[in-house]
Amino acid sequence: MSKILIVADHADGKLNAATAKVVACAAKIGGEIEVAVFAADGSSVAAAAAKLAGVTKVLQVDNAANAHPIAATLAPQVEALAKVRGATHVLGAGSTFGKDLMPRIAAHLGVPQVSDIMAVHSATSFDRPIYAGNAICTVEVPAGTVVGTVRLASFTAVASSGSAAVEKVAVTASLPSHTRFVSLAAQKSERPELQSAARVVSGGRAFGSADNFKILYAFADKLKAGVGASRAAVDSGYVPNDMQVGQTGKIIAPELYVAVGISGAIQHLAGIKDARTIVAINKDPEAPIFEVADIGLVGDLFQILPELTGKL
Amino acid sequence: MKALVSVKRVIDYNVRIQIKPDGSGVITDGIKHSMNPFDEIAMEEAVRLKEKGQVTEIIAVTLGGAKCEETLRTALAFGADRAIHVKEEGEIQPLTAARVLAALFKKEAPGLFLLGKQAIDDDANQTGQMLAALVDRPQATFASKVEVDGQKATVTREVDAGLETLEVDLPAIVTTDLRLNEPRYLKLPDIMKAKKKPVETVSIAGLGVQVAPAVKLVKTAAPPTRSKGVMVKTADELIAALKAKGLVS
Repeated sequence: MSKILIVADHADGKLNAATAKVVACAAKIGGEIEVAVFAADGSSVAAAAAKLAGVTKVLQVDNAANAHPIAATLAPQVEALAKVRGATHVLGAGSTFGKDLMPRIAAHLGVPQVSDIMAVHSATSFDRPIYAGNAICTVEVPAGTVVGTVRLASFTAVASSGSAAVEKVAVTASLPSHTRFVSLAAQKSERPELQSAARVVSGGRAFGSADNFKILYAFADKLKAGVGASRAAVDSGYVPNDMQVGQTGKIIAPELYVAVGISGAIQHLAGIKDARTIVAINKDPEAPIFEVADIGLVGDLFQILPELTGKL
Repeated sequence: MKALVSVKRVIDYNVRIQIKPDGSGVITDGIKHSMNPFDEIAMEEAVRLKEKGQVTEIIAVTLGGAKCEETLRTALAFGADRAIHVKEEGEIQPLTAARVLAALFKKEAPGLFLLGKQAIDDDANQTGQMLAALVDRPQATFASKVEVDGQKATVTREVDAGLETLEVDLPAIVTTDLRLNEPRYLKLPDIMKAKKKPVETVSIAGLGVQVAPAVKLVKTAAPPTRSKGVMVKTADELIAALKAKGLVS
């Protein structure tokens, strides 16, 4: 039977919604599911993880060195814990945290990693996207511990209806001092978080300035939507990097996605293909975004957006 | 200090890929290839550090078949001083690539090892982190700013929450993100000069590297396609269409 160890993704004492999706992936593999929380004081995160349906046990690894998520510091601890727990699988989220950490663990264990698991066929066979999601590979992993990251847009978060036990554990591993956290400049936003929002609206280069994004924010607030952006809008400095949606940014799967002034490069489409309904507003009728849109509207966003905001 | 930069030959980012009818992979024959865009950013960063006098020699590395030499020539045109071609015609997965790069790291002893954060073919996003693990050195992935100061570097990283800054002791492994820099256009004289720069050819076995256990490809398939949608003409029609789908009330 599989014994799956999940590394919890968290910040500021809160469990990231990503972890509930990793648990959903683990549930498809089947077996015991343990969630490990590495923090300076992981009590609140561990309590939240214990509620995730399907989790067998939460392992709370408190250590001052874990105050910030540094891959080089965490990897030896995860590895040691995986050995002690007899883990057959070690999974992380396909977030920047998981993408940074998991390969470091796989390399130490001498096993390949399966990145961006989007479907589970068996305990050793998975689907994953390549070429910005323009092809899907089915892969079979070799013998040994299975290490993977989970593509968050492919799984629905499990409910918070469980009540697993939390066990405080100490992990013996020698931790490096060569990598030090300096600072985190995080964007504070009252809007729904991009990767878990039911509705997302995104803006592109056509907005022309950071100031013009205000009409998109007003529209988003009317819809109670999260706000994303194309790479072009981020590169132009209209919005911060954490809003980028696409192959190398965030991959999202909202119920409703509204792309405004976004032409629809394949790299952007890679991030939105799992949206239930895609709406595109663009003044160029030839824009590739219309090829994937469920509802398209050709026109000037500066007229259409305020009108929509007013009428909704 | 030396900088090592690894570069990968991939299908050009503008090409719409085609899957082989037998599901054994994607069609690569006769398709335009170029340097992985994230590796171009890594090359550019190395060249800028050399222009600032913080790097003294740039060594470009690639792993792959004979055709990968053109990617190395591109790296040399960017400004690499010399190149190493680890020749292997078969598929190379990230862990084996990382083992090869680790062997070169030990041989060349660079202060910085720069790589793209991911290759746009397999989208694995693993090799840099695996390399850092194997040589037991710091990793600063998804870099959008790199500042070298003596035996340390300060690296700003693009993370989901915003921008994180780490301080790492050198030597360190840095993987590059989109906004680190904008790679230069290569000029003809540099492309000509690159043809004369030295390229050393080695093999995986010659470096004493053991090929890692590999993930087996069962099949490659096209993703599900989205059905063609409808076009509306006005904001009112759009609202009506959203209401019909129950997406707004």
